[in-house]
Amino acid sequence: MSDDLELASTSQAQPDRFEDPGLPPHTPRRGDLDPKANKVSERIVVALFTISILGTIAMIAAYFALPPGQTAATMQRSNLAMGLGLAFALLGIGTGAVHWAKSLMSDHEVSEQRHELRSSDEVRAEAVAALKEGAEDSAIGRRTVLKGAVATSLALFPLTIAVPLIGNVGGDWDVAKFKHTMWKKGTRLTTDPLGRPIKAADVTIGSITSVMPEGIEQTAHPLDEKAKAVVVLLRLDPRDLKIQPGREDWQYDGIVAYSKICTHVGCPVALYEQQTHHLLCPCHQSTFDVADGAKVVFGPAKRALPQLPITVDSDGYLVASSDFTEPVGPSFWERLR
Amino acid sequence: MTSPAAATADYLDQRTGIGGAVKEFARKVFPDHWSFLLGEIALYSFVTLLISGTFLTMFFVPSMTEVTYHGPWASLQGTRMSEAFASTLRLSFEVRGGLLMRQVHHWAALIFMASIVTHMMRVFFTGAFRKPRELNWVVGFTLLLLGLAAGFSGYSLPDDVLSGNGLRISDGVLRAVPIIGTYGSYFLFGGEFPGEALIPRLFTVHILLVPGLILALVGLHLFMVVLAKHTQYPGSGRSDRNVVGFPLFPVYVAKAGGFFFMVFGVIALMAATMQINPVWNYGPYDPSPVSAGSQPDWYMLFLDGALRLMPGGAEFVVGGFTVPLNILIPAMVVPGVLFGVLATYPFIEAYATGDRREHHVLDRPRNRPFRTALGVSLLVAFFVLVLAGSNDLIATHFHLSINDITWVLRFALFLAPAAAFVVTKRMCLALQRRDRELVLHGHEHATILRTQSGEYIEVHQPLNEHERWIRVQHDPIRPLQVAPAQDSRGVRRKGYAADVRRAKLSRLFYADRVEPVTPAELAAAHSHGEHDALPGATAQHELVPGGHGALVADEDGH
Ligand code: HEM
Ligand code: FES
Repeated sequence: MSDDLELASTSQAQPDRFEDPGLPPHTPRRGDLDPKANKVSERIVVALFTISILGTIAMIAAYFALPPGQTAATMQRSNLAMGLGLAFALLGIGTGAVHWAKSLMSDHEVSEQRHELRSSDEVRAEAVAALKEGAEDSAIGRRTVLKGAVATSLALFPLTIAVPLIGNVGGDWDVAKFKHTMWKKGTRLTTDPLGRPIKAADVTIGSITSVMPEGIEQTAHPLDEKAKAVVVLLRLDPRDLKIQPGREDWQYDGIVAYSKICTHVGCPVALYEQQTHHLLCPCHQSTFDVADGAKVVFGPAKRALPQLPITVDSDGYLVASSDFTEPVGPSFWERLR
Repeated sequence: MTSPAAATADYLDQRTGIGGAVKEFARKVFPDHWSFLLGEIALYSFVTLLISGTFLTMFFVPSMTEVTYHGPWASLQGTRMSEAFASTLRLSFEVRGGLLMRQVHHWAALIFMASIVTHMMRVFFTGAFRKPRELNWVVGFTLLLLGLAAGFSGYSLPDDVLSGNGLRISDGVLRAVPIIGTYGSYFLFGGEFPGEALIPRLFTVHILLVPGLILALVGLHLFMVVLAKHTQYPGSGRSDRNVVGFPLFPVYVAKAGGFFFMVFGVIALMAATMQINPVWNYGPYDPSPVSAGSQPDWYMLFLDGALRLMPGGAEFVVGGFTVPLNILIPAMVVPGVLFGVLATYPFIEAYATGDRREHHVLDRPRNRPFRTALGVSLLVAFFVLVLAGSNDLIATHFHLSINDITWVLRFALFLAPAAAFVVTKRMCLALQRRDRELVLHGHEHATILRTQSGEYIEVHQPLNEHERWIRVQHDPIRPLQVAPAQDSRGVRRKGYAADVRRAKLSRLFYADRVEPVTPAELAAAHSHGEHDALPGATAQHELVPGGHGALVADEDGH
């Protein structure tokens, strides 16, 4: 009891708390007093249900009369007509029922007693006794070896489902595949999605092209290969390009190729700002400077985009000089192992 | 037995004894309040999802086998795509009413999640999770997680560019997990991303596992509501020992039944008039293209926002192994903390309050300043993350630099919730003080009277007893106090240190508080005259030092 409460109660002998005054008096609705208002309410309810009936009819009519057709416009028209029919069919019933309940059904509040949820002490005692009796019947307490056998068998049996499931669910479980792509020495760079080989002479300064390895469509799983191997090809003015140490022969006359898969969590890095040489990932805005080894200049990614070493073949077409020298895409535990 | 209805009833009762249940339930009382409809909206939008989803399963083909498109939509003629995407196009262009059902399904999913979240907020801010409803809070929380799983798995099914990129992000997050991440990715995709296994797998998850679990848990959730009877807002005549409202039959059968049709109807109206997820404009999934400004559904935005705010430097390598904290923190730790607090809050609060009674009358949020402030600050943090998830849209819309926005939001993520906490708590305390003022001095009239002695006084009209009851019915809650470290024989008791920690937590919750007016204070106010300032209304007096509810060892089994 706090000081001020004690003070007050000793001096004036007041109770600690106020008394609940009990439910306030009921205020009748217009319809309760006026039979005419009551009749109006009933008519409104009937009208609402009628709207529903009309809605259903309109929906069925639209179904037959308005096929989705070939264009976005005809499709939207069909959708709008059927949808409005459906909406009125439903809203008519809904508002009708609710209005009925609100205006015509009793609005006298009723009070019901609550009971504590816990069972009484006697019931609890009986429950405990029942369990004890059962335990004694089975003598589970004394048969420890049996208990162990039951527990072990129950714990082990799910393996019969789990082992084959886990064995198969991950395909061949060869996670080392994350570390390689289908690029290898001599693979031609081709345009995405048409698959045309690219001549170095045709790449203009300031351009950016999405590129796939030649022959990707003939592989067993083109999408899986593409998800790793897709590359952006850019040509910069060679004076702007800061060549990274050890990568002197990875570019060809200002043409560089970087993995298109963001090193953050793997979106395609697609937005190029020509003046700043910044490549932006649309997913979380990691920004890479392609003039400086595609290093991260802003955003949640940590690592530069891996660079694909390229050169030209005897016909003047751009080719890879090897696979990427590091895994592409998002980081993972054994990436550097 | 003459009428057919009576005959049917007799037939059923003889075989099921259903009469007992009907007697028990037909006139069961439910209290009325608009905020109790939020849970109903969640239920009805789920039913809408079941109906529209079943329609979709008849036409959707959950397969990643490649086909070439030859349908009515000209711009994709001859494009290669998965059967899943092709069947979604067929649903949109060739199945009459198929587009409507797709849009009903997607809008219903958004409303489902929104109503779950707002329903949860209602339960949180009114303290409806207190004993005996803590377990039902946990069931509800699980339903929230299942809702996210349902939304995520469904969103990915059409196999368009947007959802495919969402999956790619999930794959990146999964791979970031130390040791097992890459195996997790193979587990999900049946090999390398994207593979050919994912859509059929997600389909099973989306139409069987998750809805089955949701259905079962919704059943349990409602069963527990009926078992404990519904809570009610405070008001005269309403106590922890009764429930005041209207009977199930006929009032709630009509109201709730009608409300189902209204929810479904509003969703149908949205589906008729507002286009959602026009996958025919996005095109089939391909790992190479992506469009700027693409966003996940709203309930996933906060995760995307967290990923965007995190600076990249947090990735490091130990012993040759890569630990990408720049992904793990936003994608695992942030939601882990958010969901962890949500899941356990009823137990934390009960521990800090030290009260073991059943509660059936809801709290007015102002009367629980700490809880209300905590809830608001969590919401603000969530909102900052949602904004961060839209930072590119904000940037293009308001012509701001995305880097600046990101930096502002990085600070805001910590500062805004803290500020919201302080402000909300103060507002709650101020509202409580105003309640005290009202109870003690009544309503102010806009008139000033001059007494015969020349004094000026404001005219006050006392509250009637119903108005007053609302403002004084709640229990004053005081921080727990620690029993002495030594017992009467001078022996240091066990669990003292734990008690001290608990008392600290309790002070955090309840040290600042304003207590409801007592009859004695009211009587004192009246005897001092209406216009006098009352000692009970000054701040110092309200912040009573903790006195009762001492943390006694045996009570908690320490
Ligand atoms: C439990 C809550 C559910 C949520 C939150 C949910 C959410 C979603 C979402 C967001 C989509 C993408 C729709 C689009 O824009 O194309 C979707 C697709 C789909 N859902 Fe659900 N859904 C739920 C339950 C169900 C149920 C119960 C079924 C079936 C019995 C179902 C069947 C489908 C099918 C077949 C698709 C793919 C068809 C298409 O996208 O056109 N869903 N779901
Ligand atoms: S995936 Fe590129 S920034 Fe996240």
